[in-house]
Amino acid sequence: MVGATRGMGRALARRLAERGDALFLLGRDEAELDLSARDLEARGAPLPVGQARLDLGEPAGFAAALDAADGALSRIDALVVTGGLFARQDELAADPARLTALLQANFTGTVLLCQQAAERLAARGGGLICAFGSVAGDRARRSNYLYGASKAGLAVFLDGLDLAYRERGVRVLCVKPGFVRTAMTAGLPVPPFAGEPEAVARRVLAAMDAGGHEVYAPGVWRFVMLLIRALPRAVLRRVQF
Amino acid sequence: MGPVVEEVAGWGRHPVGRGRVERPEHLALPADGEPLVPRGLGRAYGDAALPARPGGLVLESTRADRIRSFEPATGRLHCEAGLSLAEILRVFVPRGWFPPVTPGTKFVTVGACVACDVHGKNHHRDGSFGNFVDRVTLRTADGRLVECGPDRERELFLATLGGMGLTGLIVDVTLRLRRVQSPWIVLETQGMASLDAMLEGLRLSATHWPYTVGWIDCLARGRDLGRGILMRGRHATQVEAGTRRARRAMPLRVPFDAPEWLLNPLFMRWFNRAYAWSHGTALRRRVVSYDAFFYPLDAVERWNRLYGRRGFLQYQCVLPRAAGPRPVATLLERLAVAGAASFLAVIKDCGPASDAYLSFPMEGTTLALDLPNRGAVTEALVHDLNASVIEHGGRVYLAKDAVTRGEDFARMMPRLPEWRAVRERWDPARRFRSAQSVRLFGDPA
Repeated sequence: MVGATRGMGRALARRLAERGDALFLLGRDEAELDLSARDLEARGAPLPVGQARLDLGEPAGFAAALDAADGALSRIDALVVTGGLFARQDELAADPARLTALLQANFTGTVLLCQQAAERLAARGGGLICAFGSVAGDRARRSNYLYGASKAGLAVFLDGLDLAYRERGVRVLCVKPGFVRTAMTAGLPVPPFAGEPEAVARRVLAAMDAGGHEVYAPGVWRFVMLLIRALPRAVLRRVQF
Repeated sequence: MGPVVEEVAGWGRHPVGRGRVERPEHLALPADGEPLVPRGLGRAYGDAALPARPGGLVLESTRADRIRSFEPATGRLHCEAGLSLAEILRVFVPRGWFPPVTPGTKFVTVGACVACDVHGKNHHRDGSFGNFVDRVTLRTADGRLVECGPDRERELFLATLGGMGLTGLIVDVTLRLRRVQSPWIVLETQGMASLDAMLEGLRLSATHWPYTVGWIDCLARGRDLGRGILMRGRHATQVEAGTRRARRAMPLRVPFDAPEWLLNPLFMRWFNRAYAWSHGTALRRRVVSYDAFFYPLDAVERWNRLYGRRGFLQYQCVLPRAAGPRPVATLLERLAVAGAASFLAVIKDCGPASDAYLSFPMEGTTLALDLPNRGAVTEALVHDLNASVIEHGGRVYLAKDAVTRGEDFARMMPRLPEWRAVRERWDPARRFRSAQSVRLFGDPA
């Protein structure tokens, strides 16, 4: 898992731990990984929950991180990527370095990691890749299109990855969270249909088991986005979307 | 992305303040030294977790909720302060462990259980939450991480239990869970015709039952004063639990503020009467879920909206055993005359007080009831009740309180000066302050 220390990733990792799935945590901050590993162990994950450093901004380290996970779990059968960066549109627009880091982590890094993992899983007969896109990638908004673009690109990649690898036994699930109350979205105005990380985790877990290639969480966002995607461009311009 | 200013209120929804609520995944103090009030799940009724001044910083712990370690051999749980009892129950009941002490809602954080030194239906036997706490780690005003416990920094520990979060930011806690054989509770209930019968029933049950409590119709007067239902419970054995499976209850929710006329005196009188009648005086025994026994109100989300837009005050006091049953009766009579109380009052006998300076429970009888907020009348009633409580050597519970005067609280708490001295040592600048501490302890706003 990449991103299991925080927000929705933390909630999802706990659900996996509680049903006894063996976990291995990847992330940037080793102290954080350590705290979450102990939390997951106490909640029922088989001992020990291992960890290794992985920065979505440094693809050179991906192979070693996946090796470490493979070694610790003897054989990984799923990769879950909930980690990613977020910043407000005005912050990203004003700071090219920050925008670069966000695009690098949310798109380039996640794509490279998932591609590598898919190849590994396919080589040994199959598995699951679950990564977090966003409803922000479903339709551009003037207030959020930079972050949205990183997630839109990721969604197209995941869609294609699923098409390409399904016959080799690798299933790819793209999760599209709507607005979810986490530390990442703290301080943003809360729209209608906002969700909680625990509810998202339950829904994602069900989708991981069920076999689809895309899931909105909370579920109502599927219909919200259906509507928003159908809106003519002139309307979007008019309502300052 | 600074936090926005939002409305902040306790569970009673009165008073309502405004604050910048931060909900970090790591509990840390702001670098600029700004004063703050710690907050958990917001179940304190009054102003305990409201900022000292409008727009002040509120540090909510709920996202700092990781388990640091658990020892299956002993039940020792080390966790971050924002972990809730609901989560502890969800994770550990299936493995045969239960919180050692629980208040009437499971939607409270462990940090708040320490800060309020909460008590439960087993107080007569086990005392308060602090009795099961081995270690508390605080981020103190000077920015240090300080560990305290019964055997380390004991004064700080005793000031932190029941200290309402004013001695330092509670970061993590080590407590001992209790082994249970099943998630089920063997419950006996019995109708009690009068206050004397209720008090006697509680006393007799105390020797054999770990959990006891009474619900009384606080609108009944005269002969019927104190009429109600005695409940006593214990954890069921595996045999008693049998093959029961928990049903997933549909969560109910109060969708909007009820109009104030809903809980009018006539309606409440009849509701309470019906409640008492429906049970009768027979002894009934059954096996119920721990949720039904400990947390009946948690089944209704946002039930606090029933009291309407102006909210309510919860009044909880304890009267020492030495004062006899008379003051309890006087208090109930006063409430009945005022017609100010609602639904049901909760009555419970407490065991010996803890060593913690501001811990609420003391050997005697505690009463808790809701008072719909009707403004100055309701506040005056609280001060009136307080006067009677002071006269008999009792005290009120800060987790419920919204209006008690500082001088009255000082009369209730003989060990307040000791607590103040410890606080002075650890937080001379009052970095940790709340609307309640401004009101009660004269903190700067």
